[in-house]
Amino acid sequence: MDSSTAAAEEGTNNAPPGGGGRRAGAEILLAARGITKRFGSIAANADVDLVINKGEIHALLGENGAGKSTLVKILYGALQPDAGSVEWQGKPVRVASPAAARSLGIGMVFQHFSLFEALSVSENIALALEKPGTMRSLGERIRAVSREYGLPLDPDALVADLPVGIRQRIEIVRCLLQAPRLIIMDEPTSVLTPQEADELFLTLKRLASEGCAVLYISHRLEEVQRICHHATILRHGKVVAECDPTLETPGSLARMMVGAEIANVAAASRPNETSPVRLSARSLSLAPATPFAVPLTGVTVEVKAGEVVAIAGVAGNGQGELFDALTGERRTAAGMVTIDGTPCGQEGITRRRQRGAAFVPEERLGHGAVPGFRLSSNILLTRHATDDGLVKGGFVAFGRIGEMEKRIKQVYDVRMSHDDPEARSLSGGNLQKFVVGREMSRNPGVLIVNQPTWGVDAGAAALIRQALVDLSRKGSAVLVISQDLDEIYEIADRIAVISRGHLSPAEPAAAMTRERIGLLMAGGAEAGTAAPAPVTAAAGGA
Amino acid sequence: MFEAILLTVITAATPLLLAAIGELVVERSGVLNLGVEGMMIMGAVTGFAVANLTGSGTLGILGAIGAGMALSALFGFLVLVLVTNQVATGLALTLLGLGLSGLIGEAFIGVPGLKLEKLDLPFLSDLPFVGPVIFGQDPIVYMSVAIVIAVAYALARTRAGLVLRAVGDNHASAHALGLSVLKVRFLAVLFGGGCAGLAGGYMSLAYTPQWVENMTAGRGWIALALVVFASWLPWRVVIGAYLFGAVTVLTFHAQAVGAGVPSQLLSSLPYLATIVVLVLISSNRRLTLVNTPACLGKPFVPDR
Repeated sequence: MDSSTAAAEEGTNNAPPGGGGRRAGAEILLAARGITKRFGSIAANADVDLVINKGEIHALLGENGAGKSTLVKILYGALQPDAGSVEWQGKPVRVASPAAARSLGIGMVFQHFSLFEALSVSENIALALEKPGTMRSLGERIRAVSREYGLPLDPDALVADLPVGIRQRIEIVRCLLQAPRLIIMDEPTSVLTPQEADELFLTLKRLASEGCAVLYISHRLEEVQRICHHATILRHGKVVAECDPTLETPGSLARMMVGAEIANVAAASRPNETSPVRLSARSLSLAPATPFAVPLTGVTVEVKAGEVVAIAGVAGNGQGELFDALTGERRTAAGMVTIDGTPCGQEGITRRRQRGAAFVPEERLGHGAVPGFRLSSNILLTRHATDDGLVKGGFVAFGRIGEMEKRIKQVYDVRMSHDDPEARSLSGGNLQKFVVGREMSRNPGVLIVNQPTWGVDAGAAALIRQALVDLSRKGSAVLVISQDLDEIYEIADRIAVISRGHLSPAEPAAAMTRERIGLLMAGGAEAGTAAPAPVTAAAGGA
Repeated sequence: MFEAILLTVITAATPLLLAAIGELVVERSGVLNLGVEGMMIMGAVTGFAVANLTGSGTLGILGAIGAGMALSALFGFLVLVLVTNQVATGLALTLLGLGLSGLIGEAFIGVPGLKLEKLDLPFLSDLPFVGPVIFGQDPIVYMSVAIVIAVAYALARTRAGLVLRAVGDNHASAHALGLSVLKVRFLAVLFGGGCAGLAGGYMSLAYTPQWVENMTAGRGWIALALVVFASWLPWRVVIGAYLFGAVTVLTFHAQAVGAGVPSQLLSSLPYLATIVVLVLISSNRRLTLVNTPACLGKPFVPDR
């Protein structure tokens, strides 16, 4: 943790002196007043006011489900508010569609990119422009603008072939070509390495200095403090605070977002160096299943009893493929994966579960749980073959499953409107707590989790992280694949970095600075595996 | 002899080509319409009936197109507005078309039909050999060629084609960009219906100018398969349709000559040959995947 805090402070020093003072005299670009939007009985936005000045980087903060996305979609014309008005440069406007927003000068960079994988870069950009001109002239404009802002792009490349960082560039350049007055960015750094994020910040600062306003949505408070001039904080669809983030601390911002203190993860004791290895991958290689997938090359990692090993990396670098190979969704040579010393690369998921392993995939709805099944049925799906006695002589013991469902609900604080609902009716965070709880309540000897707290609010995330650490301290091996560096620093004993299917050796968390992880994410991990990877027992110590 | 064979190849290939190119546009927009057979047979019976009652081949063609579009409009309303299951709705459309066409066509069984005039093109039709074979066709054959060229050009070069591909690739993104997914899809479905109707009209106005119940005889299904095997590329649809037509005609001749091959094997040859050739040319998996509409058959409900 020490190294990460130091890095953050360094970043803050580089930041321009933001200040509440600049707000008073500035010219108002966009003012949304009294925005209300209901979905059924839930008010996603209730009487929300938002004022953005020219040339301002304005943070919109809030937990998942606080109503940020709804508000932004309304400003971009993708949703219509039930009540409220929008003023653009002092004149009331109705943003009827994204096209109308674009013609006003509002551009948007989406969190889940609104790109078409089967189309080329210039075709993707042409779709968002009113008058794209010929493909060739557009290609030249793309080259020129992207170079000018330090975001080089090849207009003829196919999006499917490009890594996530470049895909975001496409979205940004697409905005820039529309000569926007306001760019809305929805969690832009969640897919970037720290270095790529730094480049993005430079671009944003340059845009702001040219008079373009930025509405910056994020839950990474350090970033917000570093680059934003002003912040509006939403909770449960209402504006709860406005502030100058440079005058706040991450703690005070978090309190405003959540409305309560967030517990820090407490790790009891450090794992013992001599503990046995419970999960290992040795020179794990796997050919890609589809043309767009990432091949795994010589992945080697060991997780000992009592420790949490985290795999950091930018999305789409082979995390999903690694998860599939470790869980048995895809088979490998037998010796490439071992659980408690037994080679099981050829075994399926159920066999590996019977060996005491449990798995939590990234996508909870559809992969981790069947949306249309009740929670109890979803319990049965992963635990029918384990020694829980849920199936006896081919018959399902529904009573036992019901008890189990109630216990998981209680221990992992899964909130639901009625008993045993369908999985799809739970909110994302609640379902994640259920899926994690379902696997953890078995006390598995080996737990492999992909993105344990993706899209989960801060309170639930803290609960899940604590449970992961607690499980490891009871003698289990826990492997966490995550893109959230803060999370990794919070829970991991050792950290490895995955980059284009190569995994760097796992090293003690204290020895891994953010800079180092960033370099490994950007391709250093590949160089690292070229040399013989020393995975030593000493790595477990602190 | 050779000229005659070539002529029959074109005649056999044209209905497949028309129906397939229409379905290609539909599927590129992300909609799977399994009702091609039903729309074809409705085109066939309507084209025949209109031509017979008015005595005008042109009106017959328009009637065939209109019937296909009407049926596809029903399909579009069901799957796009009411978000019914596309597979089930498409199958129902085929059953509806087959039944309805039998009902309408009852009065026309055994009635002599009206065969479309050959449309001679000045100069071109007088060329030796090439003239009568290539430029001595009825208007629907020319239309089929024009439609394929137009679709291929539009898909690759125009904004409309780009929008169509975008909607089929990722409807959520298309919606976020402000493209009207449902409108694009409805227009594509109508186009597909028109093409299938025209293909059916060709059957009853040019191929065999008469009305016989179930006269499309599964050609709609073959057209559907051609689109998939051609990996959604127009020029491959042309290859597939003509190959299928050619092998069909050749097996007829082989049977007439009396080659010592079981007739069942011969009649399966067009299917085998077409599958083999199209699988071979689509061996480039990357190209295939890029052209496969990622949203094919997935329903879209805008969140408003």
